[in-house]
Amino acid sequence: MFDFLIDGFGVALTPLNLGLAFLGALLGTLFGALPGIGPINGIAILMPLAYTLGLPAESSLILLAAVYTGAEYGGRMSSILLNVPGDAGAVMTTLDGYPLAQQGLAGPALGLSAVSSFVGATIAIIGLTLFAPLLANVAVMFGPAEFFALMIFAFSSMSVMMGKDPIKTAIGAVLGVLIGTVGIDSGSGVLRYTLGMPELYDGIDFVVMIIGLFAISEILLMLENSHSTDNDGELPPLGRVFVSLKEVLVCKGAIIRSGLIGFIIGVLPGTGASVAGAVSYTTEKRLSDKDNTFGTGDMRGLAAPESANNAAAVGSFVPMLTLGIPGSGTTAVLLGALMLYNITPGPMMFTERPEVAGGLIASLYIGNIVLLMLNLPLAGVFARVLTIPRWVLVPAIAILAFVGVYQLHSDLFAIYLMLVIGVFGYLLRKLGFSLAPVILGYVLGGLMEQNLRRALSISGGDVGILWQSGISLGLWVAAVLLLVLPWLVPKLLAGRKLSAG
Amino acid sequence: MKINSTLRYASGLALMGSALLIGQAQAQAIPESTECIAPAKPGGGYDLTCRLAANGLQDTGLISKPMMVSYMPGGIGAVAYNHVNGVRADDPSLIVAASTGAAVNLALGKFGEYDADEVRWLGALGVDYGAIVVSADAPWQSLDELMTDLKENPNEIAFGAGGTVGSQDWMKAALIAKSGDMSPRDLRYVAFEGGGEALAALLGDHIQVFTGDLSELRSQLEGGKIRVLAALSEERMGGPYADIPTAAEQGYDVEWPIWRGYYMGPEVSDEAYQAWVERMQQLSEDPVFAELREARGLFPMSRFGEDFDRYVQGQVAEFKGLAEEVGLTK
Repeated sequence: MFDFLIDGFGVALTPLNLGLAFLGALLGTLFGALPGIGPINGIAILMPLAYTLGLPAESSLILLAAVYTGAEYGGRMSSILLNVPGDAGAVMTTLDGYPLAQQGLAGPALGLSAVSSFVGATIAIIGLTLFAPLLANVAVMFGPAEFFALMIFAFSSMSVMMGKDPIKTAIGAVLGVLIGTVGIDSGSGVLRYTLGMPELYDGIDFVVMIIGLFAISEILLMLENSHSTDNDGELPPLGRVFVSLKEVLVCKGAIIRSGLIGFIIGVLPGTGASVAGAVSYTTEKRLSDKDNTFGTGDMRGLAAPESANNAAAVGSFVPMLTLGIPGSGTTAVLLGALMLYNITPGPMMFTERPEVAGGLIASLYIGNIVLLMLNLPLAGVFARVLTIPRWVLVPAIAILAFVGVYQLHSDLFAIYLMLVIGVFGYLLRKLGFSLAPVILGYVLGGLMEQNLRRALSISGGDVGILWQSGISLGLWVAAVLLLVLPWLVPKLLAGRKLSAG
Repeated sequence: MKINSTLRYASGLALMGSALLIGQAQAQAIPESTECIAPAKPGGGYDLTCRLAANGLQDTGLISKPMMVSYMPGGIGAVAYNHVNGVRADDPSLIVAASTGAAVNLALGKFGEYDADEVRWLGALGVDYGAIVVSADAPWQSLDELMTDLKENPNEIAFGAGGTVGSQDWMKAALIAKSGDMSPRDLRYVAFEGGGEALAALLGDHIQVFTGDLSELRSQLEGGKIRVLAALSEERMGGPYADIPTAAEQGYDVEWPIWRGYYMGPEVSDEAYQAWVERMQQLSEDPVFAELREARGLFPMSRFGEDFDRYVQGQVAEFKGLAEEVGLTK
């Protein structure tokens, strides 16, 4: 049964392919680390190169897959060091990663995220090897109604983040949802809040949004602080460089659970690393945050989304390899790469082109090990970014942000938009809002609305479709329980204590 | 603006005649460094359209320096259209990728102040065709069976595809309904983000009919997961699609070619335009290019220069009529 995998390792372990996996891992880490260049752009840049070099299909797929998984590793760097998510999957990583870096634990935080990413990805690769065809059938059972219920579940799981200021969390999420509605409505084709500007037809791009909201507002805050204190501002101390085994073991539960969650969410077409990160973080906070330390630099709060976003990246290969359906934007580009080689992914690929399917899966195993070996020592190097004085760091981040956004659109409009969003983010932060609910509202709100409208256009407006299937009903029940239990359980326990006393 | 374009059109025709006489000296009309703008993010259909030209011209030796592919997403192509009209109107080195989808958006007035006759349509290098797809275990064996059922129970059958209402994917569904004497407004149409998601919904029986494109269906066809009830092409296609009847064969007169082509700025010199037309024509006849085109799942299409220009203008006019009919335009 696993012949294809053994053959696959034979393919992946040739010197050329091993070298390509290494090169891809390195490039991917860099693409992920630079704000603005995500896995999609990285692959789109390298795809024609691989083709022009005349690499065989399995080799270029190995290269591109290594770039993809590498980008998920790299995305965390700027999250942890600068409070700026490097890509969509790394938004939740900022919540505990950045506080850790400020406490002088940047090195261990980077190391821990490398280990978590490794374990999460490994769980997902094993899942992919064993259950791919089975899971493909589950994935297509998720229709619009089920996705809508999943988004309801994700939103209700966000309630756990409400913490200190529930009203501000809710307002932040709603603001995010509102920003997500800009552009051509994907159902009816009607323009919404585009103010007559064609640049806004496609909506506000994720990269523009994330760099404006996080990076520009961070720059503004840095500027303000350094001005008011008349010096360069306090640099966080640079403590240990490596993560200790003990710290990893504390997180093992979080890592394994989040890996499973991330994999399952990654398998569903249309949802990706960002949803996986959000759900795993909030789940973990609910399960293990007894002392309310999540959000202040809790290692488990860092490990959970890191494990989940890598697992989701691997999970999105399942619908691509088994059904020929891209599970994410990045796998859509990979699918395009396969078509270039006249290979049509799908159920027949495992029998017709086993060297490609097996080689790809084997290279995921190898690439993952390469990434861990690459990223553990690099943690110490990258942690040194924090020793750069502010007067160098601030302009450097600004340049990266501007170049990142400009290369994406080749248009100054995106830069202006990013600046406007940046000022908006700065004001929100001055008013004591957390940015994570805004960005989650923006991502999840769009998905929720689209799937609601799709479900209702299938049923002709009958809302019954939303809880018709077992899957969606289950998700609704889980969502309600998430909201009610934290409130109900202490009361029940208190009642029991009273009667016992 | 109108007068200008009419003048340009007339002088273009006049010059074309003389250009043919002059012959091969035109290569210099195009600078050595060339560029193709894909009016979208990397990785989409427009990206592939640009790469088809870039790789093709490179592999056949028609250009000496690799063609640069750049991206200008925004406004489903409107940003690039405005950019070419406003900023690089006379750039002889620049071509921009376009498709049937762009013609639909022009017809709907989504490209802002500019109309379809405001660029120089260069030509198409390939074409894909729409397809009416159902799941392999669906009860319908032919388009006619589906249409009969649809007329009886329009509420039981949901159509879906990767574009919004008014998009080219929706147009396919609307035209099929119209050809069966149904109003497109009675259709249940579900808009997904890309054909992949719509296909997943079809396999999961969340929608019953998918109005996709032939080339994206190959792996599912080979895997036996879907049944293509009709190809929206003039005649049956070859290879893996040979068994798929056209809609016209089954009495529904709908064709939906999705061409992949290019346009240039409105003020590009006739010399440069004509040199590009010839270059593209040469490319499309090259056997090396035929392989490239096939690898991308595209079928041959050869319309270039004025012929292509008229074709696009005609299409846009036709879509305008359809859009008005179903109340899409204001």
